[in-house]
Amino acid sequence: MDQNTLIASLQDAVPAAQLESVPSVDLQTTMYVSRDELPAVARVLRDRSDLAFTFLAEVTAVDFWPREPRFELVYIIVSIAHRLRLRVKVRLHGADAHVATVSGVWPAANWLEREVWDLFGIAFDGHPDPRRLLMPEDWEGYPLRKDYPVQIRMTPRASEPLQVTEEEFRASVTKDRLTRG
Amino acid sequence: MPEIRTETMTVNMGPQHPSTHGVLRLVLVLDGETVLSAAPTIGYLHTGIEKTTEQKKWQQVIPLVERMDYLSAQSNSLAFCLSVERLLGVEVPQRTRDVRVLLAELQRINSHLVWLGTHGMEVGAVSVMLYCFREREQLLNINELLAGFRLFPSYLRVGGLREDLPRGFHAAVRAFLDAFPAKLDEYEDLLTTNEIYLKRTQGVGVISKDDAVAYSLMGPIARAAGVDYDVRKSFPYLGYDTYDFKVPTQTRGDAYSRYQVRLAEMRESVKLCRQALERIPPTGVFAIVDPRITPPPKDRVYTEMEALIQHFLIYSQGFTVPAGEAYVPVEGPRGEQGFYVVSDGSNRPWRVKSRPPSLLACQALERMIVGGLIADVIAVIGSIDVVMGDVDR
Repeated sequence: MDQNTLIASLQDAVPAAQLESVPSVDLQTTMYVSRDELPAVARVLRDRSDLAFTFLAEVTAVDFWPREPRFELVYIIVSIAHRLRLRVKVRLHGADAHVATVSGVWPAANWLEREVWDLFGIAFDGHPDPRRLLMPEDWEGYPLRKDYPVQIRMTPRASEPLQVTEEEFRASVTKDRLTRG
Repeated sequence: MPEIRTETMTVNMGPQHPSTHGVLRLVLVLDGETVLSAAPTIGYLHTGIEKTTEQKKWQQVIPLVERMDYLSAQSNSLAFCLSVERLLGVEVPQRTRDVRVLLAELQRINSHLVWLGTHGMEVGAVSVMLYCFREREQLLNINELLAGFRLFPSYLRVGGLREDLPRGFHAAVRAFLDAFPAKLDEYEDLLTTNEIYLKRTQGVGVISKDDAVAYSLMGPIARAAGVDYDVRKSFPYLGYDTYDFKVPTQTRGDAYSRYQVRLAEMRESVKLCRQALERIPPTGVFAIVDPRITPPPKDRVYTEMEALIQHFLIYSQGFTVPAGEAYVPVEGPRGEQGFYVVSDGSNRPWRVKSRPPSLLACQALERMIVGGLIADVIAVIGSIDVVMGDVDR
């Protein structure tokens, strides 16, 4: 299936999605999707048997600060059955950086989206576990943003041992387990 | 008889547990010996390599990406070089492609040997580790011969290789390849029908084919569950479609299937190495000739003004890469590996994102250990072959 048929058939399936195809140098079909239609497009991509994009290879973001819209979310998906690769991109404004999660469509998106939230501060609405993934939970700022200060020295803070009782720890773990379903 | 009241116990496994392959921390809730829930906590090895790359020149990124997944350094740099070369629009010469295939397959054997050794040791077969590290030592010696560096050779460069193959390289690789299949038989003698090993791995850490797909476990874990996907076959690069090799798969999806798949992969890699070695003439072209990207030969630098200028420009300013984005996946030892690189047209990357197969394996870990025994947790972590440097980056 070539690029134009793929995008035309997707457009038919989700009429509201403003699909916009862009040329790519690495032979992976690339298209932009409007933010609000992303979950609908994702579902069609996974479930239609002539597409069958069952593998989510990557979710990441690129910050084009100071340009607006500054963020581009990138989803790289693979259809094993049809040997297709597709790159779906979503443009996001810095003041309005949130998008619906696709972890309901591809469970693998759970941690990948957490990483994007952690490092770029892009929120995923409806995410089952919206915590930081790599950075400590009390970290300030989002390190991979281009306006994040680098090469500054911070005075080291003394770390205190965690002041929790055994009951509190147990309750926290149990709560964690429940919220994560 | 009075009812026996039991309560669950929360155990913090890691980050300093020796069997968690680095700094993986698991918060386990146990009922007796059964794991009720598991919460992997990662990030202890997060060094911000992706952020660091944005301040480096393109060529300087290679040593950094090699240190991400520290057991498969040359797969990382291969994936990075392929992506950047795609952005530059250059294609490396045939001989260079064959050398890269050879190095990638040796790297796969190398990584699988560390996996087999540590995994064997964790389930009680300590002698397997000694055997595996004996063979790995030879591979590291080959790296040393090649580049002067054993773990992170930085031998692959954008546009080709750093320098031509050293004298004696063919003989060293051939000696390894001739001896290795018999060593593989030795490992199999130790494990394949070993009653204890079978008890520890069969039916342990099972993941179904559907789950493997849903959690994007491309690589040996997915192939052990019956997903027939290998980047080398599905989206060939470096001319892998001209090589003769098979993609081993299993169907049960347990730790033992992963062992079988990886052992078979090593045999296939030996086949691939032999074919590549046949194709590579001992001397010849090892990089593209492009004054913008690759430095001129040293004898010309010493004798010609233009070559000296080129040399100076490449080592002081690097090269610029046209604006755009590229992602060229390769089949690393742990599954699909690739670097999504974005350039703004300057001599430094705008964004480098690694696709970490270990991160996704770590995410699926919970699915494989919940409901099992706590003793099996170690066997499962070993069998999915996570490298924390790749998880946290």
